[in-house]
Amino acid sequence: MRKIDAREITAEVKSLFLKANFQIGKDVLKALEKALTEEKSKVGQDVLKMIIENHRLASSEELAICQDTGLAVLFVEVGQEVCIVNGHYGEAINKGVEEAYQEGYLRKSVVDDPVFERKNTKTNTPAFIYTDIVPGDKIKITVMPKGFGSENMSALAMLTAAHGAKGILDFIVDTIRKAGPNPCPPTVIGVGIGGTADKAMVIAKKAIARPLGEHNAHPQYAQLEKETLERINQLGIGPAGLGGNITALAVHIDYLPTHIAGMPVAVNVCCHATRHASGEI
Amino acid sequence: MAEEIRITTPLAESVVLSLKAGDSVKISGNLYTGRDAAHKRLYELLKEGKDLPFPIAGQIIYYVGPAPAKPGYACGPAGPTTSYRMDPYTPLLLEKGLKGMIGKGLRSKEVIESMKKNKAVYFAAVGGAAVLIAKSIKKSEVIAYPDLGAEAIYRYYVEDFPAIVCIDAYGNNLYESEPPKYRKEL
Repeated sequence: MRKIDAREITAEVKSLFLKANFQIGKDVLKALEKALTEEKSKVGQDVLKMIIENHRLASSEELAICQDTGLAVLFVEVGQEVCIVNGHYGEAINKGVEEAYQEGYLRKSVVDDPVFERKNTKTNTPAFIYTDIVPGDKIKITVMPKGFGSENMSALAMLTAAHGAKGILDFIVDTIRKAGPNPCPPTVIGVGIGGTADKAMVIAKKAIARPLGEHNAHPQYAQLEKETLERINQLGIGPAGLGGNITALAVHIDYLPTHIAGMPVAVNVCCHATRHASGEI
Repeated sequence: MAEEIRITTPLAESVVLSLKAGDSVKISGNLYTGRDAAHKRLYELLKEGKDLPFPIAGQIIYYVGPAPAKPGYACGPAGPTTSYRMDPYTPLLLEKGLKGMIGKGLRSKEVIESMKKNKAVYFAAVGGAAVLIAKSIKKSEVIAYPDLGAEAIYRYYVEDFPAIVCIDAYGNNLYESEPPKYRKEL
């Protein structure tokens, strides 16, 4: 049994949320720079240049890349040999989120009641935490500040086996067509196939955090990713939706076993910043 | 996108009518911020026959909920939010003389019809360029609804705020006209 102090979790969560909000990943920057060389629209090129310059400024001045610093989403793998001491797991994470958003001048975007009062919690908590218990004695944390311009464009379809890969491809492309300029293209598209309705969306969200440029290890799913990206970039939506041949930077598909009667497909859309950061305790 | 056009708020009707979809503009003067919660309140005030907290005639509303300002900065990162959420409240504001909106993303048919009728322009700012855009915001003060935090109404004084005329007062719409030029789908 390895003892991990809850305060270490708080410190790591705080540090990761600050990092994710100030700096985009090298993989994302590389994808944006590649997009700039491939984009045919002059306006699209100007938009990409602005986005890249924005990232440079945000990183050098330690400012939030985007004013929508998102809901705090975390994917955490907790080794089963870990014993957390001096505090509670969930509270430690939420404290880390609160400290990052307070001290990093990040916007608090959480309302306590979604329908009636919609009162800001003023801490950007609660965080939305997905925990897996895994072998080992470490805690691996991936944080994802998730903006809602893109989140609002997400969709779920309970397809069936008869729809096949073609049905999946059409559903993803339709979702992105309808989203148009809204989710801050060029987007990164997470897709979860299989499992249950809820689990499909969780793996879709997690897939967004996969490094850009990596494909699914399964060749047929990798092929589906490539074909879907190609079709999406034929939509003409372009950077900021002002026309162009780069509408998405990547499509990341993950899959799970599912029921004999079903084929859930979840599409979780992320803006061009694709903010996330990972660390290990 | 041709040469850049400099415009100043409040917008004269002649300026509004001279702007065409695709024009790249630099805006200077005061902008008023507003997003979901503030729009709901403005709408309710008008429905009750009350005055708005700022004179809306000729003005531009910027759809934004800024991040807090770091010490030494006039304003925190402040890029546009998605505009369609304000659509239900917008036609009434246009009736009252609002001449411009800055945001990102699609607008409803009702908003576009009202823009044509009331002669107003919808500008697109680049979503996610929040730090870059904030550089053009020189002064920021809350003028209404401080209880809403980031959703309060701020008055910004801006210099050369970068935007593109996305939907003009004639209903020309870049989101409709531009993607087909790059579309390859059958």
